[in-house]
Amino acid sequence: MLASETIAVAMSGGVDSSAVAAMLRAEGRNVIGLTMQLWNQRRLAGHAGMPESVQGRCCSIDDVYDARRVAETLGIPYYVVNHEERFERDVVRPFVEEYLAGRTPIPCSLCNNHLKFDQLLIVARQIGADKVATGHYAQVVFDEQRNRWLLKRPADRSKDQTYFLFGLTQEQLSRTLFPLGGMTKPEVRELARRQGLVIAEKPDSQEICFVPGGDYKRFLEAYLTEQGDAPADVSGEMVTTDGEVIGEHTGVHNFTVGQRKGLGVATGSPLYVIQIKNDTRQVVVGKDEELYSRTLHARRVNLISTAELPEPMRVAIKIRHKHQPAPAVIESTGPDEVLVTFDEPQRAITPGQAAVFYDGDIVVGGGWIEASQ
Amino acid sequence: MRRVYLDNNATTPVLPEILEAMRPYFGEHFGNASSIHHHGQETRAAVERSRESVAALLHCRSSELVFTSGGTEADNLAIFGLTREGDHIITSTIEHHAVLNACRHLAEAKHCDVTYISVDGRGLLDPVDVKRAIRPNTKLVTIMFANNETGVLQPVAEIGKIAAEADVYFHTDAVQAAGKVTVDVNEICCDSLTISGHKFHAPQGVGALYLRKGTQLEPMLYGGSHERSRRAGTENVAGIVGLGKAAELASASLDRGNDAKMAAARDRMERELLALEATGLNGADSNSGRAPRVPNTTNVYFDGIEGEALVIALDLKGLAVSTGAACSSGAIEPSHVLTAMGLSRDRAKASIRFSLGKQNTEEDVDFALGLIPETVARLRDLSPTWSKSALSI
Repeated sequence: MLASETIAVAMSGGVDSSAVAAMLRAEGRNVIGLTMQLWNQRRLAGHAGMPESVQGRCCSIDDVYDARRVAETLGIPYYVVNHEERFERDVVRPFVEEYLAGRTPIPCSLCNNHLKFDQLLIVARQIGADKVATGHYAQVVFDEQRNRWLLKRPADRSKDQTYFLFGLTQEQLSRTLFPLGGMTKPEVRELARRQGLVIAEKPDSQEICFVPGGDYKRFLEAYLTEQGDAPADVSGEMVTTDGEVIGEHTGVHNFTVGQRKGLGVATGSPLYVIQIKNDTRQVVVGKDEELYSRTLHARRVNLISTAELPEPMRVAIKIRHKHQPAPAVIESTGPDEVLVTFDEPQRAITPGQAAVFYDGDIVVGGGWIEASQ
Repeated sequence: MRRVYLDNNATTPVLPEILEAMRPYFGEHFGNASSIHHHGQETRAAVERSRESVAALLHCRSSELVFTSGGTEADNLAIFGLTREGDHIITSTIEHHAVLNACRHLAEAKHCDVTYISVDGRGLLDPVDVKRAIRPNTKLVTIMFANNETGVLQPVAEIGKIAAEADVYFHTDAVQAAGKVTVDVNEICCDSLTISGHKFHAPQGVGALYLRKGTQLEPMLYGGSHERSRRAGTENVAGIVGLGKAAELASASLDRGNDAKMAAARDRMERELLALEATGLNGADSNSGRAPRVPNTTNVYFDGIEGEALVIALDLKGLAVSTGAACSSGAIEPSHVLTAMGLSRDRAKASIRFSLGKQNTEEDVDFALGLIPETVARLRDLSPTWSKSALSI
């Protein structure tokens, strides 16, 4: 990396991305701060069930002020770029449609693929920055032997965000910096304190940024109402794994595979959502042991550490962000499609989530879970 | 780094002679213009001299002027002050938000009906449409003098005549016209007119509302009897002195024909930009040619680019220009003016406004012309959609 390189830092106004800007600046690099305006928090305010006041964290005016203050403290140029249209098209709508189709989406991965490492990278290059740096906890390195850019897990395993980054292409990785990859969160906060950044004590954000208070059901209803679509009727039957109808449900979007609470049926033993059938809108419930499966199909697979999978490969796989990687074999079953066979059956494999393949610290690739068997 | 500022429709630098005129009113002449003693008399005299200078610029009586905190307050004062619950108001789709959102508020909170007159592809509205929109309960027509984004001059004299014949109030937001072209309240037959100091080299935070003699206005601020009880609050004396000096300079400048010089610099810049590939002027169409404009503004689209990225790229190289309107976070939204003119969202987002000020030189224009072509070319090279759209042309 040349000192003369210009680097755009994606600044959210939080501690991590602010620390990134401070670190790169301290190294004497040309740094430009950019904040993506992705969602207007006031848009759905006051809609059915949504809070009147702005509560979500995404693109709140306060966060933009914070980012601007940090940029000013560091003496770097700073701009807000508007990507609301793309965010709605590529993240919010798919998020809503996935739920209505009975899946459980991960908007953060879509945002990384379509916004942060696509649109923002384009803007960065257009304004003369060769690379984009973000506050993600992950590492990117070039491997001479494989002649490929590798995505690796960070030093601070508790903050590992590689699960959300599996979609990055070689071109995107070659233009990306994750300066926090070798640091722990306490070190990052300490750095922010030392630099005198106003956001040093700001709490971490946890929830989906555009969903106020984390209540995605209210968000779906408010969004659909705003769009003028009567909230789509996705109600249907609640059935057991034997096919017995035991009740009705109000909509497939209210359920996630593995869910136990709020099923609205009472039986002797605890019941869990085993499967959500998109075509018949049936929610299949059963016992805990019925939640386990050994295989899954992943679609729209992106490979990182290798260009292709000519033969089956042993890996460890995360099927959700907070999942302990489980040993498995992956084999290619078609273009961008992979069959995953776990050594041990896994609980609650959830369509719409990602399956991310690891070889030790190295992210081999990942895909979207289509179905388990 | 050399910095050149071509965003004078957003704000202008306070010219040195204006700053000099204001300086004593921060220090030695500090009195409250309402006080009876020497100090108050001194500042009162300064305020009234300024009022005369502004009156000369607008060709009105000084008693017909109300000093305000700026253009937004003056627009709000006219719109709220001249209407009542249930009135019908006529405005246009291309007004500044100071007018649009004031009208929207009246529609939402005061049961007023608002008609929005649309514009043609040049950004020009047809006075006949205003005439047709008038109803028995129409109270106010508010149409801007010159548009902030395109610089297009609206047919305010004809609209004024129509409003007078119908016995309806006519307000015009002349924020972008004052100081740039001749503004004569009698020629345009308006009942009220807004100006803003910082758009013509006075400081930010001062403006004025012209209010035709005898016009009854409900004030917005209640307090002392300042500004003939039309706007309570201790006068911003230094700001008002700056506004008066700016008005004097603008009157003299118009008399000397400096507007023609500015138009020549603008035209040269525009000519060179329009020679670029897939680039066009907003405010013109192939049938009717160019709409009449203020001399300092040009608005150009560069197909295939994001105006936002171009503004940032140019700023990083030292050239300040603008696109659309900034929302509260500072991000840019596609201009409602350009979309009202029928531009696609893509083309509206690919549009840039260049606006000159009195401080600009021919060298500033050269500097801009040296930067823009290569920057536009780089943005297009990196645009995922440009090559495709180029093929389909």
